[in-house]
Amino acid sequence: MKQKNNSIKRRSMWGEVAIRFMRKPSAVIGLAIIVIVVLACLLAPVIAPYGYDEQDVMRKFTEPCREFLFGTDNLGRDIFSRLLYGGRISLMVGFVSASVAAVFGVILGAIAAFYGKRTDNIIMRILDVFMALPQTLLAIVISAMIGTGIKGAIIAVTVATIPRYAQAVRAPILAIRNQEFVEAAFAIDAKDSRIILKHILPNVLSPIIVQVTMGVGNAITMAASLSFLGLGVQPPFPEWGAMLSAARMYILQHGYMVTFPGLCIALVVLSLNLMGDGLRDALDPRWKD
Amino acid sequence: MSTILEVKDLKKYFKVGAGTLHAVDGVDFAIEEGKTLGVVGESGCGKSTLGRVILHLLDNTGGRILYKGEDITNVDRKKLSALRKEMQMVFQDPFSSLNPRMTVYQTIAEPMQIAGGYSKAEIEKRVGEMMDTVGLAERFVNSYPHELDGGRRQRIGIARALVLNPKFVVCDEPVSALDVSIQAQVLNLMLDIQEQMGLTYIFITHDLSVVKYISNDILVMYLGQMVEKAPSEELFKNRLHPYTKALISAVPVPDIDHKRDRIRLKGELTSPIDPKPGCRFAARCMYAKPECFARDPEIREVLPGHFVRCHFVDEINGL
Repeated sequence: MKQKNNSIKRRSMWGEVAIRFMRKPSAVIGLAIIVIVVLACLLAPVIAPYGYDEQDVMRKFTEPCREFLFGTDNLGRDIFSRLLYGGRISLMVGFVSASVAAVFGVILGAIAAFYGKRTDNIIMRILDVFMALPQTLLAIVISAMIGTGIKGAIIAVTVATIPRYAQAVRAPILAIRNQEFVEAAFAIDAKDSRIILKHILPNVLSPIIVQVTMGVGNAITMAASLSFLGLGVQPPFPEWGAMLSAARMYILQHGYMVTFPGLCIALVVLSLNLMGDGLRDALDPRWKD
Repeated sequence: MSTILEVKDLKKYFKVGAGTLHAVDGVDFAIEEGKTLGVVGESGCGKSTLGRVILHLLDNTGGRILYKGEDITNVDRKKLSALRKEMQMVFQDPFSSLNPRMTVYQTIAEPMQIAGGYSKAEIEKRVGEMMDTVGLAERFVNSYPHELDGGRRQRIGIARALVLNPKFVVCDEPVSALDVSIQAQVLNLMLDIQEQMGLTYIFITHDLSVVKYISNDILVMYLGQMVEKAPSEELFKNRLHPYTKALISAVPVPDIDHKRDRIRLKGELTSPIDPKPGCRFAARCMYAKPECFARDPEIREVLPGHFVRCHFVDEINGL
C-alpha cells in the first residue's frame, strides 16, 4: 500500500519547470546576467569605488582607465560607480512598473475576454482611449500630474503600459474561452475565478511572458525619457536613461560616455528576453527538447 | 424503476444576427434510472444543445426539466452546485476537452477539489481507483494529455466525469472522435461502468450503429424537434417517421449479399432561424402534402411507447 501511494505522488510543477529551464543554455545565461547585474547594483555601496555624486572636476572626461573603469563624465564623476547606483533605480522602475502593469493589464484583459459582451466593450473602450495617445506622451502627462521622482516615474510608466498587456492577453483568451475544456470546467462546477486562473491563464502564459520581458526594457527606456525631460528621476541621482541623455551632448568627443549606459540597458533587455524565451518554453508541458 | 430525469417541451433559442435560432424546439422525454436514452440526428439538429441545456451549461428558453421529480429548470447557484455533483458530462472531443496544462492526476482530481471536503489522501486514493476503473495505467498519473492517444484521453474525460459518483451522465458523442477500433473499447467500458455504478446515460450521437448497441430508448431529432421516440428495438424494427426511415436506411450493413435500398433525402436542412410554420421536415419529405407545410404536427403516441411527430404517420405506415 505504501508503495502504491508513492508511485501516485505527483511531480511538482515548479520542479519540472526548473529542470526544463536549466536545459536551455541561452535561458541560463540570460538568468545569470540578470542575477549578476541585480546583485552588483544592490551591492553598489560595497563595489563602487566612488560615490555617485563624488566629483573631481580636474579629472573630467577621463577616458576609461584603471582608476576609472568606464571613465568619468563632464563633472568628473566615475561612470562605473554611477552605473551601479543608477542600476538600482533603473531596474526598480523597470521591474516594478512592468510587473504591476502586467498584473493589472492581465486582470483587465482576462475579465474583458472572459465575460465578453458589455463588460468587454466597457473595459476595452476605456483602454482604447489610453491607447490612442502615444505611450510616452501619456507617461509625460501622468508624470506631470503626480509630480517628479522615482515614484512618479513608476506610476506614470505603469499606467501608460497597462493597455498593452490587456490587449496582449485578450485575443488569445477569446480563442481559448470557447474550447471545450473551459466548458468542461463549468460542468464540474468550477467558479469563474478558478476557471480564469487555473484553466485560461496558464494557457496564455506565452504572450504574457513575452510581453513582460519586453516590457521591462521598454519601461527602463520610458523612465529614461521622463528623466530626460526633467519629469522622472531628478539629478544628481544617476539613472541609466538620464545618464544616456546627459551624455549625448559629448557623443562625438567622448563616445564612451554614452556607450556604457547604453550597453547596460541593452544587456539587461537582451538577457531578459533570453530568460523570458526559456521561461515560456519551460512553462509549456508540450515543449520537447 | 423510478424516473430520474424528465424533460417537458424543452426549448432553447439563440438570438443571432438574422433572427432567432431554434436550436431545441420541443423535446419531451423521461429516463428511468439505470437506463440509456440515445439521442440521434444529423449535425446541427440541436442534440448537443439539448445535453447542455439539461446540465445548465446553457440557459433554457422554455419548458421544464425535472430531476428525481423536482423541478430544476431554474435553480440558484447553490442548488446547481449540488446538482453538478450528480449530473455530469463526457465531452465529444478528447483533444480539446482536457486542459493541456494539467496532468492526468490534476484533471481527475479537480472535481473533488472543487466539491471540497476531501483530504489529500482521500483524493489520491479515489483518483487511483478511478484510473483503475477506466483502465488507465498508474504510470500515466503525471502525464499530460498531449502525451496520450485519443482513447486514453477519453478515458481521462470519463474518469473525471465519474469521480464524484454521479447518477446521471450526458455523453456528447463520446466516441465519434476516436478510431473505430478504440470506439468499441470505450463503448464497452462505458457500458461496464454503467452497470457497476448504476448510471443513467443520455447518449448523444449521429452514429446509428453505436446508438443501437448502447441505448434502451432512442430519440430522433430533426431541426431542434423530437420527431420520433421509441424503445431501441422497436425503432429499428418499426420506424414510422419518414425521416427516421431515411436515417436508418443509411446505416451500412456489413454483409456483401445485403441489398440496400437507401432512401435518399434531397435538399438541405431548412434553416433553423425563425422557422416557418408547418412540419420542419416537409421540404425534404417524399410523402409531403400541402397540409404539412401549413400546420405544425404534434407529437403523438402512435403505438404503445412509440411517439411520432407526423400528420400522416398512420397513412404512410398503413396503421
